[in-house]
Amino acid sequence: MLSKVKSCSIYGLESFLVDVEVDISNGLPAFDIVGLPDAAVKESRERVRAAIKNQNFNFPIKRITLNLAPADIKKEGPHFDLPIALGILAATEQMPVEILNEYAIIGELSLDGRTRPVNGVLPMAIEIKERELKGIIVPLENVEEAAVIKGIKVVGVSSLSEVVAYFNGELKISSHEIRNSHKKQIKTTYDGDFSEVKGQENLKRCLEIAAAGHHNAAMMGSPGSGKTMIARRIPTILPSMTFEESLELTKIYSISGLLSNHSGLIRKRPFRSPHHTISAVGMVGGGRIPKPGEITLAHHGVLFLDELPEFPRDVLELLRQPLEDEEITIARANATITYPSKFMMIGAMNPCPCGYYGNPFRECSCSPNQIHRYLSKISGPLMDRIDLQLEVAPVKFSDLEEPSATDSSTIKKRVEDARLMQLTRYRQHNIYCNSQLTPNLVHKYCGLDKTGKLLMKQAFYSMKLSARAHNKILKVARTIADLDGKQSIKDIHLAEALQYRNIDKYYQVIR
Amino acid sequence: MRDKELLIALNFVPKLGPVKIQSLVEEFKNYSEFLRAEPADLFQIPGIGKIMSGRIIEYRGKIDPDEEISKAKKLGIRIVTLLDDDYPEILKQIYDPPPVLYTKGDIACLNNQSIAIVGARKASNYGRNTANRFAKELASMTINIVSGMARGIDSYAHKGAIDASGPTTAVFGCGLDIVYPPENVNLMKKIIKCGCIVSSFPLGTQPIAANFPARNRIISGLSLGTLVIEAAERSGSLITADFALEQGREVFAIPGNIYSPYSRGTHKLIKQGAKLVENINDILDELYLDRFDIKKVNKESLESLSSIEESVFKIIDYQPLHIEQLINSSQRNSQELNAILTRLELKGHISALPGGYFVRN
Repeated sequence: MLSKVKSCSIYGLESFLVDVEVDISNGLPAFDIVGLPDAAVKESRERVRAAIKNQNFNFPIKRITLNLAPADIKKEGPHFDLPIALGILAATEQMPVEILNEYAIIGELSLDGRTRPVNGVLPMAIEIKERELKGIIVPLENVEEAAVIKGIKVVGVSSLSEVVAYFNGELKISSHEIRNSHKKQIKTTYDGDFSEVKGQENLKRCLEIAAAGHHNAAMMGSPGSGKTMIARRIPTILPSMTFEESLELTKIYSISGLLSNHSGLIRKRPFRSPHHTISAVGMVGGGRIPKPGEITLAHHGVLFLDELPEFPRDVLELLRQPLEDEEITIARANATITYPSKFMMIGAMNPCPCGYYGNPFRECSCSPNQIHRYLSKISGPLMDRIDLQLEVAPVKFSDLEEPSATDSSTIKKRVEDARLMQLTRYRQHNIYCNSQLTPNLVHKYCGLDKTGKLLMKQAFYSMKLSARAHNKILKVARTIADLDGKQSIKDIHLAEALQYRNIDKYYQVIR
Repeated sequence: MRDKELLIALNFVPKLGPVKIQSLVEEFKNYSEFLRAEPADLFQIPGIGKIMSGRIIEYRGKIDPDEEISKAKKLGIRIVTLLDDDYPEILKQIYDPPPVLYTKGDIACLNNQSIAIVGARKASNYGRNTANRFAKELASMTINIVSGMARGIDSYAHKGAIDASGPTTAVFGCGLDIVYPPENVNLMKKIIKCGCIVSSFPLGTQPIAANFPARNRIISGLSLGTLVIEAAERSGSLITADFALEQGREVFAIPGNIYSPYSRGTHKLIKQGAKLVENINDILDELYLDRFDIKKVNKESLESLSSIEESVFKIIDYQPLHIEQLINSSQRNSQELNAILTRLELKGHISALPGGYFVRN
């Protein structure tokens, strides 16, 4: 007997439909899987055998041949357990065959026949909608995720016999609906808030600018000055995610297996803080079968690199292309995959190896050479992509007692307004924020008036700015003007932007 | 002419000091006689022991003074010996003047009245600013600023003099063909334009630690007085001050914060009797030189400020203050304050320091 069951598999961030074909014929008992299965798929033979037996079905003592079509793409993951089991039951006429074709089936089986949750359900649901299938059968834990996609029937099951009963018409399971429709604006709550950061007025202002223009930033300050604490709160002042952004992010987390059970769309912007011992593959993604790295997991959010100069040089250099292109293409023998990586990079570092350089009250024990070597671990091209350099001072006790500060939602409102201005201004250029301005566009959109030009000229010579710094300052001034709601950059905007050019300050003093 | 070669040759021998060279020169009169001398002849000379005479003979074979002279010429370096007329007069007055000086640039500036400014390589912003300002003001009175072109205070002293386009002299602890520290190569070029660089060491000598006391002796020897700005408790700057005292020159010191590790050395000097200096008139008075009009400079600079700028400027101190402190005490938001700070910085009234600190110039 022959049966066909539909299922899905993942390639990169996308899913594709897989036909699970089961043929049962007379001959020596055997169970073979063909169609480029990887180890987890091959092992499903044992799980399926035990699950069928333990749910009181008959496992045929015949020659079973199983094909996963299309047969030229590698398939991985344990989510083929359930379709394989159903295929065998259908081929041995223990359940109807025809109705199976209207659904795609996904799920891992435990030996007792219960289902277990799997990764990548969201992209699979998207694929099923596009292929105009009727619905999807998923483990109960995954229903919330699959139900994000409207217009398909999402059936959550907890065991093999439940599915069989469902297809036999003995059990009714209604399609799962999310209680809160995504069209309504759901209030997202973050763990932290900017109002909890006492003092540090200047730093908060810098980060507001960074968020408004999507500028990458680096924070300098001695250990314990609160760099990590404030960085964690940056997502709270970034604009709310759109549905499309949420969907894209949830897809990434779904295939990475980072989506917690019973959760639907991710609405919080991610905050990723990899340790500096991370490998290149861990950062940008890769592996024999490519998996997303930290930069992709930080998509639409913040990638926080604490102790920036401690990261291996080669890992930092890898960030250059994704920062520019907002995606990363990983080419391996098995696959070439492009992952999105549109993130805001926030670095944190000490001013020197001992941490006290520039502190007027404590002697720094580093030699000028050491400091230079430390700072130069961050290469020029990477520094080019960091528009804002912020200084973090240790918090004083008096600041801790300060009653309250501006909260995140107030700042977020200002940031959103500034982003909107940018979005309308750059509509024709296919970019959305100031940090993406190319030198040509800087020239076009960051023009200065007469007093501004004079100020820039003075600053250029007396502050010994580099051409690199010049463009960055203009971009930042553009964002400051946007925050101010002004279409043209005034000299006060420029004067403020000039204070955020700090890295040049460091290099000048050392020389 | 032959005697000059003798001096150049003897200057090559390690551990052979100016005094011993002097006695050797008196013995031999000229170079060819020296070449003919037997070890026994050298041994007789007082102060030259067995080991030293052996070393002199050993080096005699290797050295060619003519080659050194032509090598120096190619590099634009002049070799001035004690026998030359333009050997700086002030240096001749010390007990053990170096017999040979390698010079580049105009050594006439050494005939100006000179003040040495020395200090720590690792200095605070206060020290660097002070060095720069004192050098600038002294140099504007055509006083030659002598220093060692080391990192920190030394470099800022030279820069200050160059800013005032006054004369300045750098004394090297290595051959003049070697730039140490290497990042000062551009500074060196400017020093040569404004004044000169000087070394008592043959070309190709590496900047080893043992050379620096000898260099410091020349720094103090070339100057009427030595001004020490920031020095650690045991440091080269204090050695220079000791040499200055030995040579009968004045020692000046700038006081600092009593808690700062950078002030230990200068405070020690003051306790021992060095003159405490607050402005350059303290130095000029001691040396019976014309006074400098300090008030005039301060007054004209404040005129260009708007009232808002002035109110912020008043909060900024000579002690570095962090931007967060300024936000607190000025009662302005960071947005406004940053813009004002930029203007003050551009007008040259304040400096932004690494770490988010601001200080008056």
